[in-house]
Amino acid sequence: MEKLRLVMIGNGMAGCRTLEELLKHAPDLYDITVFGAEPHPNYNRIMLSPVLAGEMGVRDIILNPLEWYAEHNISLHLGKKIEKIDRINRRVIASDGTAAKYDRLLLATGSSPFILPVPGNDLPGVIGYRDIADTDMMIEAARLHKHAVVIGAGLLGLEAANGLLLRGMDVTVVHIAGWIMERQLDQASADMLMASLEQKGIRFKLNAQTAELVQGESGRVCALRLKDGETLPADIVVMAAGIRPNAELARDAGIHTNRGVVVNDTMQTYDPRVYAIGECAEHRGVAYGLVAPLFEQAKVCANHLAMNGIGRYSGSVTSTKLKVTGIDVFSAGEFMGGDGTEEIVLHDPSGGVYKKLVLKENKLVGAVMYGDTADGGWYFQLLKDRQNVAEMRDSLMFGEMAHASRIGDAGHQGNNKAALMADSAEVCGCNGVCKGTIVKAIKEQGLFTLDEVKKHTKAASSCGSCTGLVEQILASTLGGAYQHANPSDKAVCGCTDHPHGEVRKAIREQHLLSVSAVMEAMNWKTPNGCATCRPAINYYLISTWPHEAVDDPQSRYINERHHANIQKDGTYSVVPRMLGGITTPDELRAIADVADKYQVPTVKVTGGQRIDLLGVKKEDLPKMWEDLSRAGMVSGHAYGKSIRTVKTCVGAEHCRFGTQKSMSMGVKLETMLFGMYAPHKVKLAVSGCPRNCAEAGIKDVGVIGVDSGYEIYVAGNGGIKTEVAEFLVKVSTDEEVMEYSAAFLQLYREEGLYLERTCHYVARVGLDYVKKIILDDAERRKELYERMLYSLQGFEDPWLQAVKDPEIRKRYEILSV
Amino acid sequence: MSTWKTVCALVDIPVLGSRVVRSAEGDIAVFRNAEDEVFAVHDKCPHKGGPLSQGIVHGKSVTCPLHSWKIGLDTGEAQAPDVGCAKRYDCKVESGVVMLKVA
Repeated sequence: MEKLRLVMIGNGMAGCRTLEELLKHAPDLYDITVFGAEPHPNYNRIMLSPVLAGEMGVRDIILNPLEWYAEHNISLHLGKKIEKIDRINRRVIASDGTAAKYDRLLLATGSSPFILPVPGNDLPGVIGYRDIADTDMMIEAARLHKHAVVIGAGLLGLEAANGLLLRGMDVTVVHIAGWIMERQLDQASADMLMASLEQKGIRFKLNAQTAELVQGESGRVCALRLKDGETLPADIVVMAAGIRPNAELARDAGIHTNRGVVVNDTMQTYDPRVYAIGECAEHRGVAYGLVAPLFEQAKVCANHLAMNGIGRYSGSVTSTKLKVTGIDVFSAGEFMGGDGTEEIVLHDPSGGVYKKLVLKENKLVGAVMYGDTADGGWYFQLLKDRQNVAEMRDSLMFGEMAHASRIGDAGHQGNNKAALMADSAEVCGCNGVCKGTIVKAIKEQGLFTLDEVKKHTKAASSCGSCTGLVEQILASTLGGAYQHANPSDKAVCGCTDHPHGEVRKAIREQHLLSVSAVMEAMNWKTPNGCATCRPAINYYLISTWPHEAVDDPQSRYINERHHANIQKDGTYSVVPRMLGGITTPDELRAIADVADKYQVPTVKVTGGQRIDLLGVKKEDLPKMWEDLSRAGMVSGHAYGKSIRTVKTCVGAEHCRFGTQKSMSMGVKLETMLFGMYAPHKVKLAVSGCPRNCAEAGIKDVGVIGVDSGYEIYVAGNGGIKTEVAEFLVKVSTDEEVMEYSAAFLQLYREEGLYLERTCHYVARVGLDYVKKIILDDAERRKELYERMLYSLQGFEDPWLQAVKDPEIRKRYEILSV
Repeated sequence: MSTWKTVCALVDIPVLGSRVVRSAEGDIAVFRNAEDEVFAVHDKCPHKGGPLSQGIVHGKSVTCPLHSWKIGLDTGEAQAPDVGCAKRYDCKVESGVVMLKVA
């Protein structure tokens, strides 16, 4: 079959991103032809300012080298500007006569600098600031001339001014408004920014309108005259007074345009064969000029081109960061406030710090920061998530660290200090990745997302505790181009575009019962998923349809497949269950006997009050289990995304301070929860009095006995992110402890995203939500409790199963040749 | 000299699973994918020696159980950006019997 022909006009970031996404979905669907007006392959346009400032070279900012086009069989026409779209014959014609036929056309023509309609605007030395050629011209001008004037004090104008200043020019910025960057900053922050730029040596003319550009004797521009008559010497004039989408080509072809080329939510123009994307497109009345929204558009457009037919683009909230070394400015959302908004402001003019947060109905709707922008990413996330901030209002201004101050540094590693960290500072403690390595990878490999950084550097790819820090490094390196991913909207993995919630919903609503049925119903892009999505789907299946869904051992992580914990050398560890940490001489004898018989190299007492037998060979596992089961011992599930242990203190049974029988309470809980799989591991503890020797304050469910009953705490965590459990409820009987604990855990099992601990789950949905369901709605609590009991009913010890069933036992045997 | 040797019946290997074969050249992981194709590689991840046989099989790859490197089963090569290669062995199915070419 003939392939479809896809022609792309424009060879910039939005367009190439679309192609990259498309090639991932459907590598063989199209013959692709690309026309680029510039003589360069796709480069990172937002990094032109560092190039102008002399901090990077052109070669450093190439995103897709020529080999990339060749590798994917893309016919690339560089330096050829398309003059005409012939929609009747479905072809495009370039200035040199080259023509190409298309079945699908992608317009990615970008935008052009707005050139002020003033006399002299066509003189040599008057330029816009858009591409490598403009940048080269500025660098060249800086070498030969002295005076530069930049028109427009927006993001681009200021970066141009800074670059020219660093190249040794004498720079004046002419701006029409009353303060600089008025589309991103309020006056207070703008004044501080202007003061520090003035200190660097840039001069400003505010409330100033350009009347004309004056030609000098050499023929090139020599001065700029303002409306009030003042004349500024100018050997080069940079127009940075806004951009205009390049929509003429579409307009001339009879495609509906407004400011930009009008597109729908799948990025199609009024001619459905023709797509438009990036700065040339206008979506729901907005033409974006920042990179991050363009990437979202690229994803949707590629999906549609690949005929996956899913995914809609519904607009973006954007944030801005100025890339001038040594000056930090951040702005997002409705930073000017307005009706019904409140402002929280911190203003320290001599300290050089200004922060303004705009709130509306207890939600953050805008933020402006100057001087200290470390929390920009965090505020932006709060803003996009429309999270209720009423509870953290008193500490909101002081940033994420203050909000999370009770957590301390461990596992956070100074979350907010990304920008200040030295390049040699270690970011990812698991994989030994330093900040410098991450920054270098982001710049050189052109990375934009957390997933890409994980893949290329391994940072944040193990325990994930440095994820926040890596995101901050991304944000501070990329500036406005970075967009936080919201975990609940994030696709499960590269095999699908569906987020976790949708997978779960489909399983419930369509009564799907196997991994392959889910993949088929949800149009998985890979034949049988990957090591990320299969375990997640399998968990959602068995938790949604207990006793019905097929539990697929090949979609289980190794530990859960083999019911033992794999170690670095490929041997396993075996941990028998020891309810509440209580054992008997007979059990200890049985453990000692298997340790002897199978020559277990290490026997260790675990943190969960049990005994760990380490260094067991895989083929010995069933034999060892057989011996242990004979002594009445079963799997302790010390290896799974499942119930682990219920740790207990001695309690009222023996302790002179004990108020409740914590050991028997712990035994009851652990017995009830035997075999409970969950989105992640689950640990409980029961203490017999408020001295809390069982450390219930850092458990997923912590029970503390008091004289009149028990206090139940939830969502604590002693691991990656030390998190103190939050008080849920006080109850008086053992039965109530069981019911409330089980109801909470069942809620987490039904709503938690795979690999999300209870502390992350509760942080995401809010404790109030959990309380509303577990405490205020007795009926729902009982239903949850019953669903938990139902799903655990008849659970059989996996060790005994492996011992009894020859088919399972076979999996542990080694073959020989 | 390598020769073809009988390993087991195809049905002895779970779909999207593997078996370990002990040989003179060390442990070899023999995989079966969803299309009933079989592959054999040295049972040691080029990264830190993890037992590839214990990983999750998908498409023509396996994800190492220790640190999630993805290894191509038909080439033994780690998927970019990781770099490394596990030795691969010729492997085939003949009338339902899995054959491996080893010394």
